[in-house]
Amino acid sequence: MIRGPLDSEDPDRLYTVTGGRSRADESVFDMVTLIVSESEPSLGMQSEHVKILRMCRRPMAVVEISSYLGMPVSVVKILLCDLLDTGKITARHPHAARPDNGGLPEPETLKKVLVALQNL
Amino acid sequence: MHSRTSDRADVRAPLRASASDGLKIVVVGGFGVGKTTMVQSVSEIRPLSTEETMTQAGVGIDDASFVQSKTTTTVAFDFGRISLDEQMVLYLFGAPGQERFWFLWDRLFAGTLGAVVLVDTNRLADSWYAIDRLEYHGTPFIVARNNFTEPQHTLEEVRDALDLPSDIPVIDCDARDRDSSKAVLVALARHLYSLSTSSAARETTA
Repeated sequence: MIRGPLDSEDPDRLYTVTGGRSRADESVFDMVTLIVSESEPSLGMQSEHVKILRMCRRPMAVVEISSYLGMPVSVVKILLCDLLDTGKITARHPHAARPDNGGLPEPETLKKVLVALQNL
Repeated sequence: MHSRTSDRADVRAPLRASASDGLKIVVVGGFGVGKTTMVQSVSEIRPLSTEETMTQAGVGIDDASFVQSKTTTTVAFDFGRISLDEQMVLYLFGAPGQERFWFLWDRLFAGTLGAVVLVDTNRLADSWYAIDRLEYHGTPFIVARNNFTEPQHTLEEVRDALDLPSDIPVIDCDARDRDSSKAVLVALARHLYSLSTSSAARETTA
């Protein structure tokens, strides 16, 4: 298990990287929403944005980005909102998640999960 | 990858470019019961750790007495990853079972396929609160007893002690062993599949 630098994180820095915002529209991203870069970092871009764009050349889940950046999930979601709004990333949202109404995913999806796990 | 390795993520196993569907399973249990060990056994990446924070604005009204003493709370959790096929990627989260982490679970449980409650028979009481919350959220789960040592009780005794209905699987495992931990995930997936087919059947007859 890898311990990030979060324990010693300076709250002022988290305030700065998010531009002082404390809330993202959390419904936009799940922890396992997969993020993909749609452009290369450009000059003058905020360093956290640059890091995210480099990390997400291949799909990467929000929670992995959080771990690699050493920032809480909620802070990462705010950073991702900026990038999504400007079209720098796309987000692949979970399809197979359990719906909010408490139901289950389609049996076909769960069958695929079962078979894949059996074949590991 | 070329020689510039300043992006730490570049040196870690990246997902397939076609990966498009993240799934979640939560492993919940008391301190030291083997959650991280289980995640590590089956994960294709070295388990990672990160944090989620809760500020007072996001609290709601569930537990005001707790919040008054602290306006921001941070909880660390571990996770691992299994690529299931070209599209589906399963994320396994290890979540602490103590009552004070309820807000983390509420976030993790949203959209979670199901949960594994990892128990130690010497400390079954550690899992009561977790089971209560799972039932409250309607999150399907199975119970896996982690046997670091020779078990003192039968699985039926565990079921009785936890007051579990007969349709919830209770199984033995060794979280250190990949095949055993895999078998736990397979048991959960089978349970979920069987629940989904029986609820689909109910809908068609309704």
